[in-house]
Amino acid sequence: MRSLERPIRGGNVQKSLHIDPAKCTGCLQCEMACSYENYQVFNPAKSRIKVFDFHHTGRKVPYTCTQCDEAWCLHACPVEAIKVDAATGAKVVLDDVCVGCKVCTIACPFGTVNYVQDTGKVQKCDLCAGNPACAEACPTGAITYVDADWTGLGKMRQWAQKLDTQSAAGHAA
Amino acid sequence: MSWARKVLRVDLSKGSCSAEPLKMEWAAQYLGQRGLATRYFTAEVDPKVDPLSPANKLIYATGPLTGTMASTGGRYSVITKGPLTGAIACSNSGGYFGAELKMAGWDMIILEGKSPKPVFLLIQDDKAELLDASDLWGKTVWDLEAQLKNRFQDPQMRISGIGPAGETLCLYAAVVNDLHRAAGRSGVGAVMGSKNLKAVAVRGTRGVGNIKDPAAFMKATAAAKKVLADNAVTGQGLPKFGTQVLMNVINEIGALPTRNHRDVQFDGAKDISAEAMHAKRKTDGKPNLVTNQACFGCTIACGRISKIDETHFTVVNKPQYWGASGGLEYEAAWALGAANGVNDLEALTYANFKANEDGWDPISFGATVGAVMELYEMGVLKKEQLGTEAPFGSAKALTFFADQVGRGEGFGKELAQGSKRLTAKYGHPELSMTVKGQEFPAYDSRGIQGMGLAYATANRGACHLRGYTVASEVLGIPVKTDPHATEGKAALVKAFQDATSVFDSSGLCLFTSFAWTLQDVAPQLQAACEGDWSVDNLNVVGERIWNLEKEFNLAAGLTKKDDDLPPRLKKEPAKTGPAKGLVNGLDKMLPEYYQLRGWNAEGVPSAETRKRLGTAPLGERR
Repeated sequence: MRSLERPIRGGNVQKSLHIDPAKCTGCLQCEMACSYENYQVFNPAKSRIKVFDFHHTGRKVPYTCTQCDEAWCLHACPVEAIKVDAATGAKVVLDDVCVGCKVCTIACPFGTVNYVQDTGKVQKCDLCAGNPACAEACPTGAITYVDADWTGLGKMRQWAQKLDTQSAAGHAA
Repeated sequence: MSWARKVLRVDLSKGSCSAEPLKMEWAAQYLGQRGLATRYFTAEVDPKVDPLSPANKLIYATGPLTGTMASTGGRYSVITKGPLTGAIACSNSGGYFGAELKMAGWDMIILEGKSPKPVFLLIQDDKAELLDASDLWGKTVWDLEAQLKNRFQDPQMRISGIGPAGETLCLYAAVVNDLHRAAGRSGVGAVMGSKNLKAVAVRGTRGVGNIKDPAAFMKATAAAKKVLADNAVTGQGLPKFGTQVLMNVINEIGALPTRNHRDVQFDGAKDISAEAMHAKRKTDGKPNLVTNQACFGCTIACGRISKIDETHFTVVNKPQYWGASGGLEYEAAWALGAANGVNDLEALTYANFKANEDGWDPISFGATVGAVMELYEMGVLKKEQLGTEAPFGSAKALTFFADQVGRGEGFGKELAQGSKRLTAKYGHPELSMTVKGQEFPAYDSRGIQGMGLAYATANRGACHLRGYTVASEVLGIPVKTDPHATEGKAALVKAFQDATSVFDSSGLCLFTSFAWTLQDVAPQLQAACEGDWSVDNLNVVGERIWNLEKEFNLAAGLTKKDDDLPPRLKKEPAKTGPAKGLVNGLDKMLPEYYQLRGWNAEGVPSAETRKRLGTAPLGERR
């Protein structure tokens, strides 16, 4: 029944970052865009999205916060420094409240909230207030910002197309 | 600004590291990377120096756009006097290392002297120190990377270094970073080895933040990225096929040097082409190519990542070669394949893996093996001294030599000297397919006339990356010219050489020039850097860089006779294909080229040219 307790989002489609590792080339434009958006510097060391290079298989995988509904980081924070951005659903760190205790970095099962030495606070993806710089910078469509309820749409379309091709082939036969 | 404005000077003899400000008055004239490092190098090093002596220096240099969001802005170059050529050497590499160095806050590293024992340079932002490398000496590039990351428990560290080939002073040893990206040519790795320097390991967390006009820069770089995406070569051809897209094209026009340039077409070209890399193997049903890969900041992503067939004779019981790694680019596929008449794609891939792992240049190696195979077929070299039968087409011989060359074992020690020294030793210097002692890359200048002039005049010896007139003569970029004509090629070569000098000095990849001209580069530089980076001025900067390199070569003792091609290309006509019957017309192009450059008939810049560009004979300026 939990869904009934939620605020009704009048016409606002919530979006989420959607990552397709097969399209990632490892160019790190996303990491530069992220650091530039948040720190006005091109600096992967400060990026909230990281691309992992599994060189033995040739796979490259961008990885960042998935904005959990029941966010461990938010619940673990003793000073309530992590809040939900109502417009985007992002779990956002409030810098002036965060005390840098790092409990959230332990709580997060995915490692996507991290401490920043320079500021003494933690940082995590905040979806750039609804206009994620990483998705905009990605040259291959490996990172997109899509309807949160339909992150599977692209894959469904691919399979649907395959089905359609097969049935067409079936007809031809 | 965009420059970090800081140079790291490392005295290997004393074991000291010190920071000094970048000379901004030189940056205004020479931009960065290739140009700016050449300015430093020529001011500090005697052109007559023995390249492998402590008096030579080795400069690692980034460009102003290295480490920025400009597409392909991740390049660095290694500048030194080359042991293969005795000329200025400048080798460019991608991967992630260059950007990391810039992010640590350095434009350049000047490495001088010679360490009494093996060391590596560790840079963590401002902090730089030389550390003992006795446990790393003898290790391959791949083991070096794993050991350093493990020792410092830092998977984000970036490493550039040498393998066994650099340590054993193979004259075409490379400096390799990120496992399979290389400052590959002219033996820059041997100079590093001669200094007992194994590697430079960098972790940079400061980033690049001093862009002159950030808003204009983001706009300019976004527009330039769109040009790359919309272009058929950079948007489609290179990501899908890599530079290997050229194999069948160049073979068809009869400009694929085959069997040490005896032929200009290779019947096995299709077997070692991009298309072959995509095709499923009969043995395991998988293609050679796993995926494409980008270097730092690159929106083209032409890099090849390949996996060798685990049942192939080269890797049976050798699981260290079963993983994905840097696959064949066009030049390597040509040198390891067509140059030797070998059409075994898996054997070529294995030899390419060895080049990365042991740190040597597959172009010079493959071309040298081509000369050895010709000498073997002539009966000059015998099975007993080679350790193998070595007829043209033998994948066994190719990979046998690839196993030996890095550590200088067996005949590998002679192969490591390059084809000029090797063919001379056995009495056939005419069989060395080189200019200034450096082996040709993958374009036969009988079928692409302008490339003959580009090779003959390239300051680092035969090279396709100094004036790639293939773009115009074959691909029609920016305009189509007749590959069989010599008319107009002097001007074409000069224009390509000068523009290329700018690309190589900016931090950008030359491959962008399939789609970009200086019109696309200028707004990016102008937004990022203070100073005049208009197209007009960039043309002058490019010409200035070219002329300064030339001054170094002249002072090093090179003359007009070093701007020449081997007799085979000037006297033995192409046997087949569209260029059948043609030789290269260098003698028709060279005088006009000298004239256009403002050089005298001996290839020496005139007083007026020197005044116009602000260059001078090196003895006088120093």
